[in-house]
Amino acid sequence: MQSPGMTEAARESGAAPAPDYLLEVADVRKEFPGVLALDNVQLRLKRGSVHALMGENGAGKSTLMKIVAGIYTPDSGTFKLRGKDIRLNGPLDALENGIAMIHQELNLMAPMTVAENIWIRREPTSRFGFVDHGEMRRKTVALFKRLNIDIDPDIEVGTLSVANRQMVEIAKAVSYESDVLIMDEPTSALTEREVDHLFTIIRTLREQGKGIIYITHKMNELFEIADEFSVFRDGKYIATKLSHEVTRDDIIRMMVGREITQMFPKEEVPIGEVVLSAKGLTLKGVFSDVSFDLRAGEILGIAGLVGSGRSNIAETIFGVTPATSGTIELFGKTVRVDSPSTAMSHGLAFLTEDRKETGCFLLLDIQENTQMAVLQSGYVKNGFVKQTQLSKDSKEISAALRVKTPDMAEPIINLSGGNQQKVLIGRWLLTKPKILILDEPTRGIDVGAKAEIHRLISKLAGQGVGVIMISSEMPEVLGMSDRIMVVHEGKVTGFLDRAEANQVKIMELASH
Amino acid sequence: MSTNEIASPTSVIGSKKRLPPEVSILAVLIGIAIVFEILGWIIVGDSFLANKQRLSIIILQVSVIGIIAVGVTQVIITAGVDLSSGSVVGLAAMVAASLAQTSLNPRAVYPSLTDISPIWAILAGLGVGLLAGSVNGFLIARTKIPPFIATLGMMVSARGLAKWYTLGQPVALLDDSFTWLGKSFNIMGFPLPLPVIVFLVVAVIFHIALGYTRYGKFTYAIGANPQAARVSGINIGGHLIKVYAIAGLLSGLAGVMTAARAASGQPGMGVAYELDAIAAAVIGGTSLSGGVGRITGTVIGTIILGVLTSGFTFLKVGAYYQEIIKGMIIVAAVIIDQHRQNKRKKA
Repeated sequence: MQSPGMTEAARESGAAPAPDYLLEVADVRKEFPGVLALDNVQLRLKRGSVHALMGENGAGKSTLMKIVAGIYTPDSGTFKLRGKDIRLNGPLDALENGIAMIHQELNLMAPMTVAENIWIRREPTSRFGFVDHGEMRRKTVALFKRLNIDIDPDIEVGTLSVANRQMVEIAKAVSYESDVLIMDEPTSALTEREVDHLFTIIRTLREQGKGIIYITHKMNELFEIADEFSVFRDGKYIATKLSHEVTRDDIIRMMVGREITQMFPKEEVPIGEVVLSAKGLTLKGVFSDVSFDLRAGEILGIAGLVGSGRSNIAETIFGVTPATSGTIELFGKTVRVDSPSTAMSHGLAFLTEDRKETGCFLLLDIQENTQMAVLQSGYVKNGFVKQTQLSKDSKEISAALRVKTPDMAEPIINLSGGNQQKVLIGRWLLTKPKILILDEPTRGIDVGAKAEIHRLISKLAGQGVGVIMISSEMPEVLGMSDRIMVVHEGKVTGFLDRAEANQVKIMELASH
Repeated sequence: MSTNEIASPTSVIGSKKRLPPEVSILAVLIGIAIVFEILGWIIVGDSFLANKQRLSIIILQVSVIGIIAVGVTQVIITAGVDLSSGSVVGLAAMVAASLAQTSLNPRAVYPSLTDISPIWAILAGLGVGLLAGSVNGFLIARTKIPPFIATLGMMVSARGLAKWYTLGQPVALLDDSFTWLGKSFNIMGFPLPLPVIVFLVVAVIFHIALGYTRYGKFTYAIGANPQAARVSGINIGGHLIKVYAIAGLLSGLAGVMTAARAASGQPGMGVAYELDAIAAAVIGGTSLSGGVGRITGTVIGTIILGVLTSGFTFLKVGAYYQEIIKGMIIVAAVIIDQHRQNKRKKA
């Protein structure tokens, strides 16, 4: 036993009155080339409970879940489902045995209807072998009723919001009569109301005796929805505890293995001249009449609900979707920002919200990913890339950002989310930006890396960089921003100074 | 806070040096050559490889395909495709030939332009290719139609233009100063045809361009993730125009070489060359979904095509059987390569 937590966990479960375990996993080991992803970990899921998995990026949570869901084959380990030994041959086998995974990247077919998506491969058929759409519809309605979901079964999945797609995925999992449901960060793209609905559904499932494994980075979700939780660190199992027995700090300590005292270390720095001034900025049909100033050394937080237009404002300032009217002044001069390269030539940098879609070149290595933006403006002579110098500087930036990798030729796809994010930040730092726009800079990132990124943002502001930071996480916005601009339905509803801002005031402005 | 306070998220055991991806496709090439060598001794009683003339002809036969394939590889890396190369070869060959005729021909296309410097014929052929490629690029970049459709349109139209140019008549009796381009030289006792040299020079230039220039880096970036490329400040439209224009230019060059070798221009020249070029690129490890591919792989892929043709002829396999087997081998080579790459990703 490497960890005292394990004996503690054993003692606790011994004290409980003979718990009914749905799933018992022990001594799981999984090695990837160069990386020991799981080192003899364990997990025991009780019937009728929500079990959260906590840990930093790369702790092994997702790997363990992929093993449980039959996607990866473990190198060794024992698995018991409903008390019986089991060996899974692939995700389909897992599904048929009652283990369903609701993926972070949703796996639905957009052009097909909700009902078709749910019953795919199991379509009810009429006597002649044709798909019986009426029956399929009835079954879907019944299923949705059970789960309290209100979605038209005949609508195309492609037209649904992310939240509704997730509901469909959950319904699909339930339709397999799955006992074990795995949810990997299900709330990462949901608004507050949608999260509430999701939690209602999760509670319903719990009452029906299902076991739910819930991966999350959000501490408040843990306390709200989970009955117990297991912590992993560096591929090792640390402990399993009941959620009401511990505090936030206890969990962070278990996850990180050290104390994190200052979560949002925004330092007081001198605020300089106006570097960016938006006047009446409008993108027809998306947002209108957005005006604000950004000063050197200032961190301007943009708060608002998902879909309020906050990301669109950032995209317009950076020239991804040029404004239909209004002006942008950069360093006192009006600039028509019609493309990202125009924005970049004026010293702007933009870390986008979606790492996979608009950030990483997943097929390329860390070096290429780091250097791609700076090639616009430097390190090129007569068309040839000055690779030696560029590699050296890229490596320095990676080291300063503590990107964890054996070498820069590693494909970026092999990095954890937090490390990918650091590479992307490095990409922009290499361009030496004067104005930095960050859209959800710490989304899906573990506590340790989060604190590092916050410290870095603060340091950049100290060097006179003007920072615009969009975030859905209220503590982050409140802790990091000098000023907060609140957006609601494409309109700026107010500005709050650091001193006067609090969660209630932001929510009032954000929901009007 | 010092670095070692941060817990490493994954235990790093050690990182292996990766072999370049061409190694496996080179192994396929060597394997195929060895099979022909063994079959050669069994069936024909002769060596397949120990024959300088044959080795030279293998590459000569595919050097035109190879020149096209170098351009097509770049297009495929951007997640596009160029179906017009074969037709552009035909059109460029016709235009170049029409400017390279001797005054011995009483029915020259341009009687007043016979016996002029072959430079004009070459430049005209290259210009036709560049123009066709630029049109492809503009269509794709500005109207956002899929490359498949844009280049399909060019494929049909360029072939039509090649036929219309002389109303279907071949252009014959070309000047020696032009046909010289298709000749061979003896270098250290090894017969080296000029088209082969041109092919290899083109390959080296674009190997360097893709690996070491901004042009190359952006080409990969666009194929790997166009959205991220745009946010990184890359002008995607402008870059695609360059890539397709270069592919067209190389097709034009291939057309000039074809006319020079055949000492004539025919409207049917280059039919289906685009497919061989795409096959060469894909055999060489270029991914049709973009972001992956190298010229070295394409060169090996091109040579594999040449070895197959030459080997079958050497073994006296009938032409029909050749095509049937060649198709299967192309698919098999890609299956093997993909399997190996998946293993590499997992391993």
